[in-house]
Amino acid sequence: MVKEIERAGLPVVHVATVVPISKTVGANRIVPAVAIPHPLGNPALDDKAQKNIRRRIVEMALDALQTEIDCQTVFGEE
Amino acid sequence: MKDKLKVVHYINQFFGQIGGEEKANIPPSYKDEPVGAGMAFNNALGDSAEIVRTIICGDTYFNENLEEAKAEIKKYLIEVKPDLVIAGPAFNAGRYGMACGAVAEVANGELGIPVISGIYPENPGYDMYHQYAYFVETTNSAAGMREALPAMVKLIKMYIEKDGDLGRPEEAGYLPRGIRNNIFVEERGSLRAVKMLVAKINGDDFVTEYPMPVFDRVDPVPPLKDLANAKIALVTSGGIVPTGNPDHIESSSASKYGKYSISGVKDLTALDYETAHGGYDPVYANNDPDCVLPIDVLRDMESEGKIGKLYDYYYSTVGNGTSVANAKSYAQEIAAELVSDGVQAVILTST
Repeated sequence: MVKEIERAGLPVVHVATVVPISKTVGANRIVPAVAIPHPLGNPALDDKAQKNIRRRIVEMALDALQTEIDCQTVFGEE
Repeated sequence: MKDKLKVVHYINQFFGQIGGEEKANIPPSYKDEPVGAGMAFNNALGDSAEIVRTIICGDTYFNENLEEAKAEIKKYLIEVKPDLVIAGPAFNAGRYGMACGAVAEVANGELGIPVISGIYPENPGYDMYHQYAYFVETTNSAAGMREALPAMVKLIKMYIEKDGDLGRPEEAGYLPRGIRNNIFVEERGSLRAVKMLVAKINGDDFVTEYPMPVFDRVDPVPPLKDLANAKIALVTSGGIVPTGNPDHIESSSASKYGKYSISGVKDLTALDYETAHGGYDPVYANNDPDCVLPIDVLRDMESEGKIGKLYDYYYSTVGNGTSVANAKSYAQEIAAELVSDGVQAVILTST
């Protein structure tokens, strides 16, 4: 799906837990998520902390959308 | 007569009869006996081979802790030193296919143990790990177990009879591994090439000896320039839908996608939204759908002026087992609408 959206000319960021799958399907901008059943949250934490995590991932995703790249790039990896 | 081959079988928590999605987080463990389909393998293999150990791991654990899972499984394999590893079959279960492939990478790539598995060709596990295992083609769901099992047994028996020399994929009945072998043939290359060319000119059928790889890649488009004035849209394959799933999006192999208005919606609550996605534990997404589709955070950023606007609709489908062809056509339709509505960038979330 990411590939078709990008083909239409829109910058798209894939927020995905299993990064190898995201790479295989051909996403160009990839932001790793927390876990498969809760990619943008962590139920072990309280609501506020969860939202902070989510905010961080979304900010990373928006940064990725604003970054010039020339090949598949995983953002936020050390 | 040859000795019985020692076989280790890798399966997930479901086929390992430990549990469903609620057990998908379990780390690797083993039993020194066949489990589930392993018993059918054992019976069918008769005197030729025997499953001496079954390794079981939760699909979610495996994918979220790839290196740990691989290391643990490598340990289990080294203890037994099997002659052969059977993985799955995984059908079109994405996480399971990735796990079977990674097990094959450890067994075959690191330890030199041959691996026989079964998989649906669109499973990302095949694309990623095809060189490490002889994958028998299966249907896309476990309903095809009745065909997959004998096909895998046939390949295992052939492997034993031929002493590991299975020959070409199309002859032996496994999916191509992308490996080239030197072979002797009657006719020299120039003659074969000319014959192929003549056949092509005559419009006759011919089989290439070196299929070109298909790289369906899209070049990255230029980045978003002006975030503070941009219209951003959310798309998800995580199946978030209004409560009651009004479009009846299927929990797996989705035949459709939904478009839902979020105009005025500040936060997704358990009351109004849920997930239609099967194949992962839905508890978290149902409790707080924002953890799949981050509306709350994007609304905050909208009111802080960090982003221009969150697009008034979001699009959702279920990624579980959905065919590539379908996903592609949904995304083409979605992208066309987004472009015509002036959306400038997309965040796509996947579970």
